[in-house]
Amino acid sequence: MSEPIFDLTYVWAAIIAFGVIMYVLMDGFDLGQGILFMFAPSEHDRDIMMNSVAPVWDGNETWLVLGGAGLLAAFPLVYSIFLPALYIGVFLLLAGLIFRGVAFEFRFKAHSSRYLWNWSFAVGSTVASFAQGAVVGAYIQGFETENMRYVGGALDWLTPFTVLTGLGLVAGYALLGATWLIMKSEGSTQEWAYRLVKPLLAVVLLIFAIISVWTPFVDPFVAERWFSGISLIWLLPVLGLVCAYWIYKSVNNKREGSPFVATMGLFIFTYLGLLASKWPYVVPPNYTLADAASAHESQLFLLLGLLFVIPIVLVYTAWTYWVFRGKVKADQGYH
Amino acid sequence: MELDPLLLSRIQFAFVVSFHAIFPVFTIGLASYIALIYGLAFKTNNPKWERLGAFWTQVFAVVFGMGVVSGIVMSFQFGTNWSNFSLATANFLGPVLSYEVVTAFFLEAAFLGVLLFGRGKVPNGVHFFAALMVSIGTFISSFWILSANSWMQTPAGVEIRDGIYHVVDWSAAIFNESFWYRFAHMGLASFLTGGFVVAGVSAWFLIQKRDTELHRKALSMTLWLLLFLTPLQVFIGDLHGLNTMKHQPTKVAAMEGNWDTQAGAPLLLFAIPDQDQQTNHFEVGIPKLASFILTHDWDGVVPGVKEKPPELQPNVPIVFWSFRVMVAMGLLMVLVAVVGLFLRRNRAYMHSRWYLQTLRLMTLSPFIAVLAGWFVTEVGRAPYLVYGQMTHAEGVTPSLTGGMALFTLIGYFLVYACVFAAGAYYLTRVIRSGTEGSDSHEDEKHRPKRPLSAAEASFD
Repeated sequence: MSEPIFDLTYVWAAIIAFGVIMYVLMDGFDLGQGILFMFAPSEHDRDIMMNSVAPVWDGNETWLVLGGAGLLAAFPLVYSIFLPALYIGVFLLLAGLIFRGVAFEFRFKAHSSRYLWNWSFAVGSTVASFAQGAVVGAYIQGFETENMRYVGGALDWLTPFTVLTGLGLVAGYALLGATWLIMKSEGSTQEWAYRLVKPLLAVVLLIFAIISVWTPFVDPFVAERWFSGISLIWLLPVLGLVCAYWIYKSVNNKREGSPFVATMGLFIFTYLGLLASKWPYVVPPNYTLADAASAHESQLFLLLGLLFVIPIVLVYTAWTYWVFRGKVKADQGYH
Repeated sequence: MELDPLLLSRIQFAFVVSFHAIFPVFTIGLASYIALIYGLAFKTNNPKWERLGAFWTQVFAVVFGMGVVSGIVMSFQFGTNWSNFSLATANFLGPVLSYEVVTAFFLEAAFLGVLLFGRGKVPNGVHFFAALMVSIGTFISSFWILSANSWMQTPAGVEIRDGIYHVVDWSAAIFNESFWYRFAHMGLASFLTGGFVVAGVSAWFLIQKRDTELHRKALSMTLWLLLFLTPLQVFIGDLHGLNTMKHQPTKVAAMEGNWDTQAGAPLLLFAIPDQDQQTNHFEVGIPKLASFILTHDWDGVVPGVKEKPPELQPNVPIVFWSFRVMVAMGLLMVLVAVVGLFLRRNRAYMHSRWYLQTLRLMTLSPFIAVLAGWFVTEVGRAPYLVYGQMTHAEGVTPSLTGGMALFTLIGYFLVYACVFAAGAYYLTRVIRSGTEGSDSHEDEKHRPKRPLSAAEASFD
């Protein structure tokens, strides 16, 4: 077997990293509707919240399934260590996503049983978000491995640290959901969404601050990365803080689109900061991207198909958002 | 009692995949039927076909939605419960399964929306084209899944280095020895599923005397189709069996309940296989018939289960009885289709109440046959995950404990029970709401492209 001319591992790392942030941003704001759902002042507001994401939510979740399958194809070691290590968490994540997915379908068709679908949507979304946040924490913590196998226990992933990252993501998604709702609603619903932003932002920043201080203690590698000398990566948290300030300002000025854009910025810079902390380790603390990669010919075989399909999916996604642009009303669009 | 994570994982996978399989098998058949109806609508310009197409598209939307929801779990099962298997086979199964996902999404992105919501908004020809593409897309999806499964039955095109499979020949791996047989057998099974559901529902409408002219047409057309497809499936099934005998003789031995390799083996109609004693009790059989079917020679030699030591044998009672259930369902389908032909005179099949009631009951038969068939092929592969190369015990997640596996088994069971109850309940409401009203689509309501918003019925 001859050496490949070009190593596709980093192309695939970029694709997966892109897929993950696409998923987090897009499913994040619709999971956020679910987290905030039972706190909404009225059934009318709930109609608007659900209508605002109904046309796009399942397209958003396709990124997750694509990510799962793509990981198996490109980085099988990640797939075969993360999933056993997060066994119970993965179950909670999937069960949550299923319940909220079914609620999307049936709530609009239900009358006397509607409250059940409301709870199904709210609890499913919150559990799924928490599980995702815990996954992030577990990734920072690292996994106990031996000879390319996970050898830890069933609940190793559940620690005070991962509970905090879980809550952090729930708060983050709620913030993303609230700023999305500002953009998509008007009147009393929008007023309510505006009121949510500052408290949520405060919670998010507080949790992020604790995580940032805590992480170097959890993992000496991260401490080394950040404190071995001031480097360009310090720009990332600075830009994140700029975004946080921008959220604050734009809500004060009653801007409609900027809060959402700024929140996406906060997420992106946090995400990049996380990647920078661990690079090039993908199954910390033992395995790098190169260790986890599948065979070159397998990466190439799938890449050819993806290069054709991803642009189409992106265009279609953009088109869907364009079709459903503008403000949402409760009685329109979905029954 | 010690909980066995391996056994629990096998039960969990069987449960999840069985539950999931009913939906795609139905949607694949139904998608082709819908494409056929819209093709007729496009050709004849008869609004009747439009109405029928609209009705079945609603049913399709609900079943497709349930299939997607239950399918999400599948893409993670391999990693959670079978991580050693995933790691070893990822170089082949990773790309193949990803292509399935990619196909499904591409389909949903490009054509499903037009099919579900485009009626009246795009020209009829375009609508028909979308229906056709959706039906082709469902086949491409099943192509990848069946390629993956067939490869696990008859691995090819790979070599193992340091415990990891590497693909050396993609086309040999994808189009492996048992692939085309499985693909044809499953494709026909999907058509039969769609056909018997359409026939059963049409029969129900005729019993109810609702929209009778339309459903007579639908029933007549479907019965012609079934008359042709049911015997064809028996023929393809036989070829598939012969292919299995070539590559997995022990599986065929278990299907026949044949413990000792022998010439002139009987076809057993009834037996209680006893794995511990390595023999059958209460055998009732037709002499030499199994030999004749499998070797086309009355005195041909049929392999026996005992050629493998007990630890390398599949569970014979399960394989033996699943196979009989599948074959019985298949023959029953042929019988019902042929009786339909005899009732053609004076269009008796449309008026005879007992025949219509039979068709109603037969709605379940393809689902039972499909699940039984998968039990035969999957349980019959045991103890191997990759036939002859990797066992279930080698493939299971090493860190998995019995308690974890039991927790998720119960969890998925509860989740699916809720989903299935809600879905089945809603589906009956969609069917009850009938074909009469589905001409009057209001445009704006259906803009969001979610499958179920294509359905009109209220949930409660």
